[in-house]
Amino acid sequence: MNLLMLLEMAASTMGERVAVQCEDQRWSLAELFAGAGHTAQRIRSSGARHLALLDVSSPAVPLALFASSWAGIPFVPLNYRLTGRELDALLERVSPALLITDAERAATLRGREGLSVRTREEWLEVARQQAPAPAQDWSMDPEEIATLLFTSGTSGAPKAAVLRQRHLVSYILGSVEFMGAGPEEAVLVSVPPYHVAGIAAILSAVYAGRRVVQLPAFDARAWLELAGREAVTNAFLVPTMLARIVDALEQDSGAAPGSLRALAYGGGKMPLPVIQRAMQLFPKVAFTNAYGLTETSSTIAVLGPEEHRAAAESRDPAVQRRLASAGRPLPGVEVEIRDPEGRALPAGERGEIHVRGEQVSGEYLGRGSQLLEGGWFPTHDGGLLDAEGYLFVEGRIDDVIVRGGENLSPGEIEDVLLDHPAVADCAVVGVPDEQWGEAVAAAVVRRQGQQTSAGELQAWVKERLRSSRVPQLLRFRSELPYNETGKLLRRRVREELAREVGPAGR
Amino acid sequence: MAQLKAGARLKSAVCETQVMVIAAPEGEVELTCGGAPMVDVSASAPGGSIDPELKGGTQIGKRYVNEEGDLELLCTRPGEGSLAADGTPLRLKEAKALPSSD
Repeated sequence: MNLLMLLEMAASTMGERVAVQCEDQRWSLAELFAGAGHTAQRIRSSGARHLALLDVSSPAVPLALFASSWAGIPFVPLNYRLTGRELDALLERVSPALLITDAERAATLRGREGLSVRTREEWLEVARQQAPAPAQDWSMDPEEIATLLFTSGTSGAPKAAVLRQRHLVSYILGSVEFMGAGPEEAVLVSVPPYHVAGIAAILSAVYAGRRVVQLPAFDARAWLELAGREAVTNAFLVPTMLARIVDALEQDSGAAPGSLRALAYGGGKMPLPVIQRAMQLFPKVAFTNAYGLTETSSTIAVLGPEEHRAAAESRDPAVQRRLASAGRPLPGVEVEIRDPEGRALPAGERGEIHVRGEQVSGEYLGRGSQLLEGGWFPTHDGGLLDAEGYLFVEGRIDDVIVRGGENLSPGEIEDVLLDHPAVADCAVVGVPDEQWGEAVAAAVVRRQGQQTSAGELQAWVKERLRSSRVPQLLRFRSELPYNETGKLLRRRVREELAREVGPAGR
Repeated sequence: MAQLKAGARLKSAVCETQVMVIAAPEGEVELTCGGAPMVDVSASAPGGSIDPELKGGTQIGKRYVNEEGDLELLCTRPGEGSLAADGTPLRLKEAKALPSSD
């Protein structure tokens, strides 16, 4: 099993289809395959044990992903926003490595021991050679590590999530139909290369025969313009990107690109008001919520287009609620909700989401497998399954607020706040409190032109949930801190709000 | 006759067909293509001729399954022969109706 088997099948069957397009560059499937082969030979002769990439999206990304599989070393895409010190630490961990980066960074990093540096342009030139592809001599060992993805650690050094060839290949074979895309289809990918969704998007597109259109730097209006210009039919977005696109359309009184047929989103919780507005602005588009983790080779559960429509059109509250769910597990994936003692819980009860399946890795470099007996992976996400098997994800269990011995889920309070017409976004965190241990605090972003007060929102929450859930501290912000993969930086919100509370939570 | 393992790759002895095992039942199964036993992809093909009655052909990217549903093969290279397990032809599996999630 190897990712190259997937590319080889695609290149031999529909080699002339464009695989990836970025600005004015286009690479066909056949060219991507040959290019991977040429650069794989360079990797082998360099003696590098990892192929690292520190760059925004470009055709070098899919080339590097496949070349590393060909050469038999892990692909390690790195976050280009890391500080110098953070980057140095990661580079040392993957040494000896071959690093692909932009010209500016290459200049500062060249000459470092254990590091061979190439610029993106140099890499592309090697890949572009007209010579035919080399012999198909990649390993088919399913245990080979395909990629290492560093997860941002909240404490200590980042952990490297290990995804082996068997995880990624089984994920693609389990969720994508070979050549399932017509030649006119194109998917806009605007997530960074170090996000598992970006890797999954490339692999899915290649196997389906769908052209990848890359947007190296996300901007809502640039996204809309590119989607229109390239007649994009599909896209993957994290929730913050969709929120900005919806805002831009509403501000500009614009129309959604007519070519768009399908939008998949994931990587974070989708606020209900955003998906509702999006469904109205993009009436012809099929929406899919894809829930997954880096450690599970991305998607493990989907809420499909029909389920989005059914939820939006239903009068039954149980069905309506599903619009906020992560849908149902993919075939071959099992999900179980467990209590803190590890016992499986019945439908309707909240606990920690556990998952197992061939695509689930749960392994970190140097720390081994986190899989429990039976191959179950504890996701550290809290949630529940409803009676029909729909999965509801409530948020990281580590984000739970412990107030007076009671566990409060920030997600529950955030959902209620988001229901208020004046609230565009919010984050609920726990701050130190002398009386309760932790108190509920909220940072709220108001919708443009809307007014509300802390008192009004506190009363709103009190009417809908118990008084223990009412934010004791509520502050308005112009925006909340998110990272580039669309994850809310909850720790930062907590630190800011905790400062307001003062020492000892008085 | 052999116990098949998921991930194993086999090829036809009498045509270009290559498959990868996605799922296999417990016990031994004889896989044939074009009437001839399939061999491991790295083995040298014993050669022979294709059974003219078994030239239904295989399509790349398609899945082939048995009636019980516990044997599933992915065709990774197409060829002229028909696939069978213990003499019973395998049938084409219906394509998944999963929405694109990436």
